[in-house]
Amino acid sequence: MSLIEITEVKKRFGDNEVLKGINIDVAPGEVVAIIGRSGSGKSTLLRCINGLEAIDEGSISVAGAQLLPDELHLKALRLKVGMIFQQFNLFPHLTAGRNVMLSQMVVKKTPKAQAEAMAKTMLERVGLGHKFDAYPDQLSGGQQQRVAIARALAMQPIALLCDEITSALDPELVSEVLAVVKELAGEGMTLMMVTHEMRFARDVCSRVVFMHQGRVHEIGPPEEVFANPKTPELQQFLGVTH
Amino acid sequence: MNYAFDYGWLLVYWPVLVKGIAITLELTLVGGALGVALGIACAWARALGPGWLRPFVAAYVELIRNTPFLIQLFFIFFGLPALGVRMGELEAANLAMVINLGAYGCEIIRAGIQATPNGQFEAGASLGMSRLQTFWHVVLIPALQRIWPALSSQIVIVMLGSAAVSQIAAEDLTFAANFIQSRTFRAFESYFVATLIYLVLAIALRQALRGLGWTLFPKRTAR
Repeated sequence: MSLIEITEVKKRFGDNEVLKGINIDVAPGEVVAIIGRSGSGKSTLLRCINGLEAIDEGSISVAGAQLLPDELHLKALRLKVGMIFQQFNLFPHLTAGRNVMLSQMVVKKTPKAQAEAMAKTMLERVGLGHKFDAYPDQLSGGQQQRVAIARALAMQPIALLCDEITSALDPELVSEVLAVVKELAGEGMTLMMVTHEMRFARDVCSRVVFMHQGRVHEIGPPEEVFANPKTPELQQFLGVTH
Repeated sequence: MNYAFDYGWLLVYWPVLVKGIAITLELTLVGGALGVALGIACAWARALGPGWLRPFVAAYVELIRNTPFLIQLFFIFFGLPALGVRMGELEAANLAMVINLGAYGCEIIRAGIQATPNGQFEAGASLGMSRLQTFWHVVLIPALQRIWPALSSQIVIVMLGSAAVSQIAAEDLTFAANFIQSRTFRAFESYFVATLIYLVLAIALRQALRGLGWTLFPKRTAR
């Protein structure tokens, strides 16, 4: 039984068809890396899964919640699947703790004390329990991204979407974020991540999707995809020449 | 120059001035608070609201921004009674100031909203917040922070503009100065004192708005 079902999804921006019929099923606990050149549609696909982009054809569902374009269905879907962004997108006027508390209180109507306790737990989980009262601009990029992860986790999603979450970070900060993601994967969180961290994809992911020109060009376990790329496009992308 | 300055009338007429100051402050407080609230609502409607609502708000904003405040005031106080809408001079003055600041505030606040990075809306949405919830909890405060100096200036302008309400016999500071001048024939002294009081009020208001900004918006510390 799949947790995330993506069926024949097509997406156009004007005349430009960026997704040309995508089919991916993700099982619970799977960690899926989506790789590919820029413009291959990988970020768009991820953004379609929680409705940040509307799809033109096909269907997407997460744990039974269908992607439909009205606010009620979108909310139900987004409660099941969290998202982490390349630019962190923390709320600048709120402390780290408040960032994690806000949506619990606004969306789930969680009482403040309970939301605060959850925020503390989640910040500790990403190693930032001591930064509860710090504002985003007092945190490093890596710390901000970990707060963003805590913020998504506090909504207790079944799956997380990660959109190039380390691409905006200084190289020395990448590992602290990836360590958190690796831990989540170890705990059985279902993850779909667009990434350029090939070594991470190889070590942590259960499956790798290579996207090319709006299609799933190759898909398989990392050892297969990385060690034995079948198509010339993937070979070229990985920099392997046979 | 053989004009002898005489401020002796202050001893007699200071209660008139105090009353004028109180009314000017009341107009500014009510006009400022409700005007900003109206401005926020209109800015939301114009920037993020439903499509059918936008032309109405745009029409209101353009109407107010392209007509004199004095005419707006006269219309409310002298014009509306023809339609059976009657109000006292203070109510009319308050209403005119709210409507006036609402329109100017709308455009200033809208600029702040439109400078919001798209990622803030997406983060709100991805956490399950509705568009209105995202606006209220995520977008509004940073948007106000961006335009706070401009909005503060507009509120000060509206306070100074409130001098016009003396024309419908609302007994504000300008009314008081006119009244004293007509009784004492000390035009220079009357308006000189009124000028000083307006100056002090404007500076104090600016400082107060600055202080309000400090409490509304978190301090930015350089990393």
